[in-house]
Amino acid sequence: MKELMLGNKAFARGLYEAGCKVVSSYPGTPSTEITEEAAKYDEIYAEWAPNEKVAMEVALGASMAGARSFCGMKHVGLNVAADPLYTASYTGVNGGMVIAVADDPGMHSSQNEQDSRHHAEASKVMMLEPSDSDECKRYTKLAFELSERFDTPVIVRMSTRVSHSQSAVELKERDEISLKDYEKNPSKYVMMPAYARGRHVFVEQRTLDEIEYAESCDINTVEDNGADIGVITSGISYVYSKEALGDRVNYLKLGIVYPLPKKLIEDFCKKCKKVYVIEELDPFIENHCKALGVEVIGKEIFSMLGEYSQSLIAERVFGEKKDYTELDEQIPVRPPVMCAGCPHRGLFYCLSKLGLTVSGDIGCYTLGAAAPLTAMDSTICMGASISALHGFNKAREGADKKSVAVIGDSTFMHSGMTGLVNIAYNASNSLVIILDNSITGMTGHQQNPTTGKNLKGDPAAAVNLEELCKAIGIKNVSVVDPYHMSECEKVIKEKVALDEPCVIISRRPCALLKYVKHNPPLNVESDKCVGCKQCLKIGCPAISIHDKKCEIDSTQCVGCGICKEMCRLGAIR
Amino acid sequence: MQTKSIMIVGVGGQGSLLASRLLGSVLISRGYDVKVSEVHGMSQRGGSVVTYVKYGDKVYSPVIEKGEADVIISFEELEAARWISHLKPGGTIITSTQQIDPMPVISGVAEYPDKLIEKIENAGAKVIAVDALSLAQKAGNAKASNVVLMGKVASLLDFDESCWQNALKKLVPPKFLEVNKIAFELGKNA
Repeated sequence: MKELMLGNKAFARGLYEAGCKVVSSYPGTPSTEITEEAAKYDEIYAEWAPNEKVAMEVALGASMAGARSFCGMKHVGLNVAADPLYTASYTGVNGGMVIAVADDPGMHSSQNEQDSRHHAEASKVMMLEPSDSDECKRYTKLAFELSERFDTPVIVRMSTRVSHSQSAVELKERDEISLKDYEKNPSKYVMMPAYARGRHVFVEQRTLDEIEYAESCDINTVEDNGADIGVITSGISYVYSKEALGDRVNYLKLGIVYPLPKKLIEDFCKKCKKVYVIEELDPFIENHCKALGVEVIGKEIFSMLGEYSQSLIAERVFGEKKDYTELDEQIPVRPPVMCAGCPHRGLFYCLSKLGLTVSGDIGCYTLGAAAPLTAMDSTICMGASISALHGFNKAREGADKKSVAVIGDSTFMHSGMTGLVNIAYNASNSLVIILDNSITGMTGHQQNPTTGKNLKGDPAAAVNLEELCKAIGIKNVSVVDPYHMSECEKVIKEKVALDEPCVIISRRPCALLKYVKHNPPLNVESDKCVGCKQCLKIGCPAISIHDKKCEIDSTQCVGCGICKEMCRLGAIR
Repeated sequence: MQTKSIMIVGVGGQGSLLASRLLGSVLISRGYDVKVSEVHGMSQRGGSVVTYVKYGDKVYSPVIEKGEADVIISFEELEAARWISHLKPGGTIITSTQQIDPMPVISGVAEYPDKLIEKIENAGAKVIAVDALSLAQKAGNAKASNVVLMGKVASLLDFDESCWQNALKKLVPPKFLEVNKIAFELGKNA
């Protein structure tokens, strides 16, 4: 039976069919649905961990215990989990262990465009790369076999287009894999210098064995169309190339992107007069070819930036272009915005109004950086708002304290709280605002350790943020409701003036949560409205201005009342 | 059969994911090779959203590029205008006549262009305009305008009514099924 499936869902199906037993992940676009879909199978234990490092350690522990295990994350999540990854490479596995990492070329939903293949090479961990949903499933199953065969974790590299495209998948039954015996084996699992030296020898030999496998395996394939031109490619770039170039070229499609074969590449190139390496982001395969002394064309004509496509490839290889029409008209851009009723809006308006320096973080609230709120000075990575604020304030000690950090509840649990420990321990005069909307918002409403529910939606222990902050050593902790702007403004003003570390918890659940009850939509009394545009300063997508009068879109408005507080004339009711 | 390309464009929150999944489900039940490419995450927050649906004997790339779309289904006029470059010369645009101001218009730094449908027609596209919002409201839920437009699409594609009904049943939660069935009918006859 064939079913249309998202790449991520097909990946989860692969976990199910491969008999995977333990799944631990942290959400991150575009990887999130792998774990959400895996959680729908009763045979799989699946959880959200507080961050990717924890998730990978959970998966490694489960593997040592003898089960097939998995952890999934986005590209930047692998940086967080890099510490266990590099040593899991040494310990190897007992039950098979598979890691999904989803890159985001084009940065649809990310803060950088890093190429995760470098992590595979640096950690010496095998990496596979599927090009469509059916391969997502097949490669996941193969990854477990390879993990057990070579005694290594195996990474499956996804990308936004593979993760979030649907294509046909052939479904099979689950293989029931019994738990392997656990045997105490310090020389394999206790990575202190004496034992780790021995394991490093193993890792180097393993890589040679894997290269030998890569020379002739089923997923590194040559497609000989009798052409003069050859293309070496992998993953999504393969399907773009196939569409653009069809059977006018020969292909070497690499299903294993680390380690790369030698002889297979040399033999392929010998048969072609000209060879292109087509790969998004960095010249990873290209550099390998050039190191082998093989002549290929790569980043000389292809970009290291953004996504590729069939038209880009057709143009660069054969100079072909398609006709299209464009309107002779300025089309205003439509950037993403905070939703109508978003609890972050009122708080960001206060920060903007008070002219504070805002150290930002990763989440929906990063949209507070955009016009008209423009209330964010920096955004780096998960948790950095708090630690960077501490550094900022230490550098400017003695100067007026006019800075705050903003961080969501899930991001705070991920890696913000260690920064707060630093603020308390090393006593910086910093104000941290936790934007507690009771959910992991940006990735599409995942539970986290503060929400009182687990991945399966069952009741779970909930971290009490107030008590946690106090236990960390912050004495001044207060809670505000961001729908009450004047109160928020008052509390922020007061705390930012204090000479001690403070935390404000801005608490109001995300307006899109199903259990949140909305107020009736508000209306503008047009005889009172003078078109002063004061209410437009909060950047609510439900408010617009027509014929110099404000209007509220009743299909979007949830009656949060922020605009009502903005209107000096009482025209909004 | 040569690959056909259909784009679904709109504003985050208008339900383009359901529309593309409906279409994908119908196409796969007809025995085609199908690829549907979606956008999740940041782009969904009220931003411009585009999904691609491609079908044929064998589909490789999941994305649709400039000059490649046979049909563009748009949930909003400005979005129809934004993506017209992706239409094949002589292709068809099915658009809702709904207009939603983007943030630059709301904050007063840009204006919403007027007479967009006329301008798109003048650029050579075949335009089918549907007042999907009113029809959805008539069906009982303003959010069903995505399914109204899919009804219109169904009237142009020559597939069995039962494929569409099965897809609706499979993809729409039971408590919204009735409203969506009415919306689909209204769109089909629009």
